[in-house]
Amino acid sequence: MSRPEHLAPPEIVEMSERAIELLLLPDDSPCLVLDVGCGSGLSGSVLEDQGHFWVGMDISTAMLDIAVEREVEGDLMLSDMGQGCPFRAGAFDGAISISALQWLCNADKTSHKPVQRLYKFFSTLYACLSRSARAVLQFYPENSDQMELITTQSMKAGFYGGVVVDYPNSTKAKKFFLVLMTGGNVPLPRALGTDEDSHGVTYTAKRERMKQQRGKSLKKGRNWILEKKERRRKQGKEVRPDSKYTGRKRSGRF
Amino acid sequence: MKLLTHNMLTSKCMKGVSVGYPLGINASDVRVSEVDFNPDFIARMIPKLDWAVLYNAAESIGQLEDLPKDLANNYENDQEFLKKVHHVLLEVDIINGELVCPETGRKFPINNGIPNMLLNEDEV
Repeated sequence: MSRPEHLAPPEIVEMSERAIELLLLPDDSPCLVLDVGCGSGLSGSVLEDQGHFWVGMDISTAMLDIAVEREVEGDLMLSDMGQGCPFRAGAFDGAISISALQWLCNADKTSHKPVQRLYKFFSTLYACLSRSARAVLQFYPENSDQMELITTQSMKAGFYGGVVVDYPNSTKAKKFFLVLMTGGNVPLPRALGTDEDSHGVTYTAKRERMKQQRGKSLKKGRNWILEKKERRRKQGKEVRPDSKYTGRKRSGRF
Repeated sequence: MKLLTHNMLTSKCMKGVSVGYPLGINASDVRVSEVDFNPDFIARMIPKLDWAVLYNAAESIGQLEDLPKDLANNYENDQEFLKKVHHVLLEVDIINGELVCPETGRKFPINNGIPNMLLNEDEV
């Protein structure tokens, strides 16, 4: 799996586009979106391109200063997601977060308790979203325990939803998106790179099994060929003489 | 920080604060910059806004111009009105100053246009 430190900006843009796609914002109407862990505003620029206005929060002053230099349109705020999202109820039409959530699982200070910080984040995020709004959070879980910790706390805060894994069979392209919904349990969107219709693997397994049961084809052995030549000779037909090469496979060079 | 963000921002994440809204503004440097006017977005935002808070905030930093105290009835089609709201919401930027929690008086500094909402460990 690719780690955040190896990421080039194009990949962030790609992930932001996918996150916005999963957000299912209403078509053709500009929305107010919260970007959690906005960093230098790369994901925000994607939101701008799609005509939305955004408010970003990040814990790093250095990254926010870069965002100011880049003259992003969104508004920025220095804030720790583990301390909650300090917004009025129903303020946002949606929320995205790119590669930020996994930081909440770390206890960088002795006072940090990951479970409490995750719950505080998710419960305040739930409160500041409008009705039937979604939050899509791309993250890098270190292991399955982390993933469970995160999903449990988000469900406890009142969200419906779960993790959508794009390209689950690829180590490099594999991406985890936590898709959280506020209004009722709707089926999760299909992940990219999964093809549920094909049963290719099970089919070949069955064929292999049947083949082994039947054994080697009768008509392929040396004995069967010698017998057949003998029958033809008896019928008076022209048949090549038997030799040590009869019934052998051709060499690979042929 | 734009007044749209101020209209959404609270200090309720602090321990002992129940509402934390609206935050007071002490602005020392306010800048006005031009932003593309998007009437759809403004019309969509107006129902979400707390109008009185927006009015008072604009008044406290001297950027009121001629914003009406009460919301007009059919504002969706009133381009002039939407433009005024657009100006106050998105074009006015507080570069330096501070936000004040209405319940505890805790001050949140604004530097380089970015409000610092980080809390100390004993405030969480």
